[in-house]
Amino acid sequence: MSEKLLEIKNFNVRYTTDKVISRAVNHVNLTIHKGEVLGLVGETGAGKTSTALAILGLLPKYTAEVDGEIIFEGENLVGAREKKLRAIRGKKISMIFQDPMTSLNPVFRVGEQIADVIKFHDNKLSHGEVAEKVDDILKMVGIPASRKGEYPHQFSGGMKQRVMIAIAIACNPDLLIADEPTTALDVTIQAQVIKMMRSLQKELGSSVLLITHDLGIVANFCDKVAIMYGGEIVENGTLEEVFDKSRKHHPYTEGLFASLPDITTRTERLTPIKGLTPHPSELPEGCKFHPRCPYCMDVCRSGGNPPQHQNGTHMIQCHLFS
Amino acid sequence: MSGKVLLECVNLKKYFDTPGGTLHAVDDVSFKLCEGKTLGVVGESGCGKSTLGRTILRLTPSTGGKIIFDGEDITEKGSKDMIKLRQKMQMIFQDPFSSLDPKMTVSQIIEEPLRIHKVYKNKEERSKRVNELMEIVGLDDRYVNIYPHELDGGRRQRIGIARSIALNPKFIVCDEPVSALDVSIQAQILNLMMDLKEEFGLTYIFVTHDLSVVKHISDDILVLYLGKMVEMTSSDRLFENPVHPYTKALLSAIPIPDITFKGKEAEVMKGEVTSPIEPPEGCRFAARCPMPSERCFKETPEFVEVEENHFVACHKCKK
Repeated sequence: MSEKLLEIKNFNVRYTTDKVISRAVNHVNLTIHKGEVLGLVGETGAGKTSTALAILGLLPKYTAEVDGEIIFEGENLVGAREKKLRAIRGKKISMIFQDPMTSLNPVFRVGEQIADVIKFHDNKLSHGEVAEKVDDILKMVGIPASRKGEYPHQFSGGMKQRVMIAIAIACNPDLLIADEPTTALDVTIQAQVIKMMRSLQKELGSSVLLITHDLGIVANFCDKVAIMYGGEIVENGTLEEVFDKSRKHHPYTEGLFASLPDITTRTERLTPIKGLTPHPSELPEGCKFHPRCPYCMDVCRSGGNPPQHQNGTHMIQCHLFS
Repeated sequence: MSGKVLLECVNLKKYFDTPGGTLHAVDDVSFKLCEGKTLGVVGESGCGKSTLGRTILRLTPSTGGKIIFDGEDITEKGSKDMIKLRQKMQMIFQDPFSSLDPKMTVSQIIEEPLRIHKVYKNKEERSKRVNELMEIVGLDDRYVNIYPHELDGGRRQRIGIARSIALNPKFIVCDEPVSALDVSIQAQILNLMMDLKEEFGLTYIFVTHDLSVVKHISDDILVLYLGKMVEMTSSDRLFENPVHPYTKALLSAIPIPDITFKGKEAEVMKGEVTSPIEPPEGCRFAARCPMPSERCFKETPEFVEVEENHFVACHKCKK
């Protein structure tokens, strides 16, 4: 097995507002190895984005309470000094945000926005060298270098997302966090962007943490999958393990697959998961999924957190398997 | 096609004037929709699918062509007549966050159409109907007096649905009703919409960009590209045997959540949607087509039947 790049240990995030406490991320354990693509899957409010932002230390300072460990290259990033984090952001860990329309600065040319990252992390480069690097990176993401003098509004949605990716890979990071990188794009453009990200990932050999709610993209892109619900990782394993229908799965994973309309067969009715995703401020006692679970038992309601059932690399957190 | 034709569009056009020239949002769209059927309208952003839905309901005036609803030409109807007609034709909007008035309670929102059309004489009857509607769409009574911001997306979309069926319409345009929702909630809403269709004999036009959703709910599917009709056939046929290169590309671009498909490198379509402003003569898809000929750039292809009930607009796909 390859080397560990990032290890998240017993990690929690809580948001405190007025009198409400939202438990967004609860005792999460995740490991990303070098050169690996990990898909983090979950619905709105499952805590995916909070986890990602926490890795980069981007959570709001006064409302977010963080505890646990995030070990990156042997050092704990939780509570690290801002100066150290700034040296890591963009250089070693970088992020592609969900909405390319609002994450680019509208008043700077795209070439300048890419150059910014390069200059920040390597101030010895001359103007010419930086410009050359910008051209190379634009070519890598499939944008003609002649367009670097244009402003974001002159680009289409798909092209803007390519610019975002260019900024993220400018310093050849070890870890790339992609937060729903294609949600705002059309299917045909999404296919282009995913294909490009996959070939870039192979070329650069970086690890990717892909946050998404689309199991189709996960099947196409990831090596490992973690399913998140109510701020917890409920199932975790390799792509083959999680997508293998003959294996046992967490009831939530099962429900998620069943509620997808399948384009290869025609079914009369979909089988949705009953009920609603709980708000992180009103998480139920016991297993977080029990009010919606078809196999709910007494122990799920009362007992604490369900035990983690480990089978090789495949982990399921559920009472059913104990 | 069997059954009574409820809605017919004949060469429907909708152009917008922009500083850059005329934008062809909907261009020569013709189809017939029978009672009790669902037509799925599919395409990428900017292909005119939402505009088509809005034009059919006359929420925006058409530039040319005819809309025939229930045997009546409604293209030139005045606004007073339209208000009456809208009892029979309703709309479910895409975004459950912005299509509900934040200053109205749930019951006020659902009862608004009943009030406007003066269906019931007094308050009691109206609120009885509101409770009935809330039960139909699966909303708990206790939400009657709360405001939309207190609810999540799925419940809000249920309010939108309750409002649209309040007047017992025959026909509903659903403009991406589930695209703002999570997968597990999406399935609940789709099931609800199919139940309502059966129970009340509704006819839907279902506008969406999500092909897996459209397959599930539609009888027929119409694929649009830059305002032009590209392919139309029954839902099963389209997925079995897509003919137009655009439809093929669109289908192959859907990521399938099954690892047995992994490794099969899908054909990725090049380029992006070109501008709908003053589009040149010829096939609008030609610039992105994997196999264009010279003719495709010169001549606009006609929308012809290649097999029974399967229409395609492509020079290369003629029988």
